[in-house]
Amino acid sequence: MSSTPRTLYDKIWDAHVVDSRDDGTSLIYIDRHIVHEVTSPQAFEALRVSGRKVRRPDLTIAVPDHNLPTTARLDAAGQRIPIADPESSQQLAALARNAPEFGIRYIGDTDAEQGIVHVIGPEQGFSLPGATIVCGDSHTACHGGLGALAFGIGTSEVEHVLATQTLLLKQSKTMEVRVEGELNPGVTPKDLILHIIGVVGTAGGTGHVIEYRGPVFERMSVEGRLTVCNMSIEAGARAGLIAPDETTFAYVKGRPYAPKGADWDKAVAWWKSLATDPGAKFDKSVVINAADIEPTVTWGTSPEDVVGIGGTVPAPESFADPSKQDAARVSLAYMGLEPGTRMTDIEVQNVFIGSCTNSRIEDIRAAAAVLRGRKKADNVKWAIVVPGSGLVKAQAEAEGLDRIIIEAGLEWREPGCSACLAMNPDKVPAGERCASTSNRNFTGRQGPGARTHLVSPAMAAAAAVTGRLTDVRELVDVAAA
Amino acid sequence: MEPIRHVAGRAIPFGRKNVDTDVIIPAHWLKTITREGLGRGAFEAVRKEPGNVFDDPEFAGAPVLIAGDNFGCGSSREHAAWALLDMGVTCVIAPSFSDIFASNAFKNGILAVVLPQEQVERLLDVAKTDPIDIDLESQTVTTRFQDRFRFEIDPFRKHCLLNGLDEVGLTMMQGDRIGAHEQRANAEFPFLAQATRAAA
Repeated sequence: MSSTPRTLYDKIWDAHVVDSRDDGTSLIYIDRHIVHEVTSPQAFEALRVSGRKVRRPDLTIAVPDHNLPTTARLDAAGQRIPIADPESSQQLAALARNAPEFGIRYIGDTDAEQGIVHVIGPEQGFSLPGATIVCGDSHTACHGGLGALAFGIGTSEVEHVLATQTLLLKQSKTMEVRVEGELNPGVTPKDLILHIIGVVGTAGGTGHVIEYRGPVFERMSVEGRLTVCNMSIEAGARAGLIAPDETTFAYVKGRPYAPKGADWDKAVAWWKSLATDPGAKFDKSVVINAADIEPTVTWGTSPEDVVGIGGTVPAPESFADPSKQDAARVSLAYMGLEPGTRMTDIEVQNVFIGSCTNSRIEDIRAAAAVLRGRKKADNVKWAIVVPGSGLVKAQAEAEGLDRIIIEAGLEWREPGCSACLAMNPDKVPAGERCASTSNRNFTGRQGPGARTHLVSPAMAAAAAVTGRLTDVRELVDVAAA
Repeated sequence: MEPIRHVAGRAIPFGRKNVDTDVIIPAHWLKTITREGLGRGAFEAVRKEPGNVFDDPEFAGAPVLIAGDNFGCGSSREHAAWALLDMGVTCVIAPSFSDIFASNAFKNGILAVVLPQEQVERLLDVAKTDPIDIDLESQTVTTRFQDRFRFEIDPFRKHCLLNGLDEVGLTMMQGDRIGAHEQRANAEFPFLAQATRAAA
């Protein structure tokens, strides 16, 4: 096997095979498991009913994120403010009860480290390069930005991992997304991944694990890499990967769960060996020219419905595939858009900056850089900035970013998933538009009837200032930034 | 898990492409802590469309759903599979499925049948008026009009579905192998094999 050139994916896979069957399935060991309140109650219940224990509670952490309100959690006297929605409250209570019952570390809603599963995994050094990482959430692909094999699982699989610390899997095909050249100034990792999804399509990566390759990714920060890998699932791929390098090691070092001493040296030596070998074959390859990409926005209800900010709403007839034409007609009716409308003429009433895609400190900084000294437009009724974790929030406040955001007329909130999927009280009203840094523009995703335009944090901030989708490069000198 | 050998009956001729799990069951239905009762929320937005197939009494209680390409894309929520089961659907036929949905369907004893686009279109047509018959043992979909379409399925998944096997229980029987892997990992990859938090 050592003579055959292997991909990054193959190497991580091979290191985790517990058992292989003749039919091509393998039992794969799972190094890290993150549990949240929405997809775990039925898994814990199943364990309880069958009298099963958690095999490795030490490799599992639990944190609430989806249901939590992003308004203050404690009152002035330090008492917990009750959650109004009884179902949300019940689901949160179930996690707070289940985690300790099964010996799992529980990060509570008022703990400083609380945050979105995919923000806190890397932040805590719990997610590591070369690890297999799962969570009952499709955006687990995010952790691939560290060079981990990370993917979302369903509740039955959550139960399977809790009980056995393994999953029964078939090896995926591999897909290389190679980006040539350099991104233009003002074009961010979010614009890049939106563009990639537009090229690959929402089903293009089905059955594949994507490896993002090329100089753009080598120069990208870990936070940018997390944003890119996060949305791999929007291209149909269960996981996305970027090879770990010195940037990754510098990011991981010193974090609470990061290896220490001799373990650290051993880890770095192994991580350095993980990069795809020269000559390794991918089952599929897509090449993208970075220079083609401008700040990118979505016009429809599928993440593949992307267009550069300088573009217009497409006509359904412009698509070759008849079923795509039909889908575009349904999308445009839902979105209330006419073909030919310039994207920059589309007014937004809401702005959401947050989600596991874009709520890390660099995202908050990018938004604040645009908001600094500016004011929210009058037609923007609701604009919230939701940090990805308590630690991101504290860091932003230490840098004074919260003041910039609040002075611009936006709200600065407590960490959680928030309006990305509107399971908590943060919803976009029916018929209204939202410039959103989240990952899905699906029908009803941000609330029944809500119309989502996916954008980068800088573009969301620009939309907040002008009240319409805007090319951020017209507002700020991106070359100097 | 209920064994599944044969599904016969009316099929809901939905056929829409790229149906994501937010469409199958919207997020506000995910606040449950049990697996039951989600059928009421299934396809909620589609059900607001006049003349939709889900509210057509013709297809009430139909055990089969015929969908379009890339069915179940998006969120990993297993609630999508539970919602279908709660509706009475035990077999979904489509030209392709998202990976996570296909896995969730299997783990809940839902048979996900992949057929080429033209065969799915033929079945969509038949389903409007007549029942459809799916046999897992012989891996065929048949109609009373002599249509006979063979489908492929992973042999392990077929075995589990036919026998209603619980995958967790099966894997737990391999506890020794898992333990052996943990020992090996402890030596080779101690930094992955253990997750220790530094004292604050």
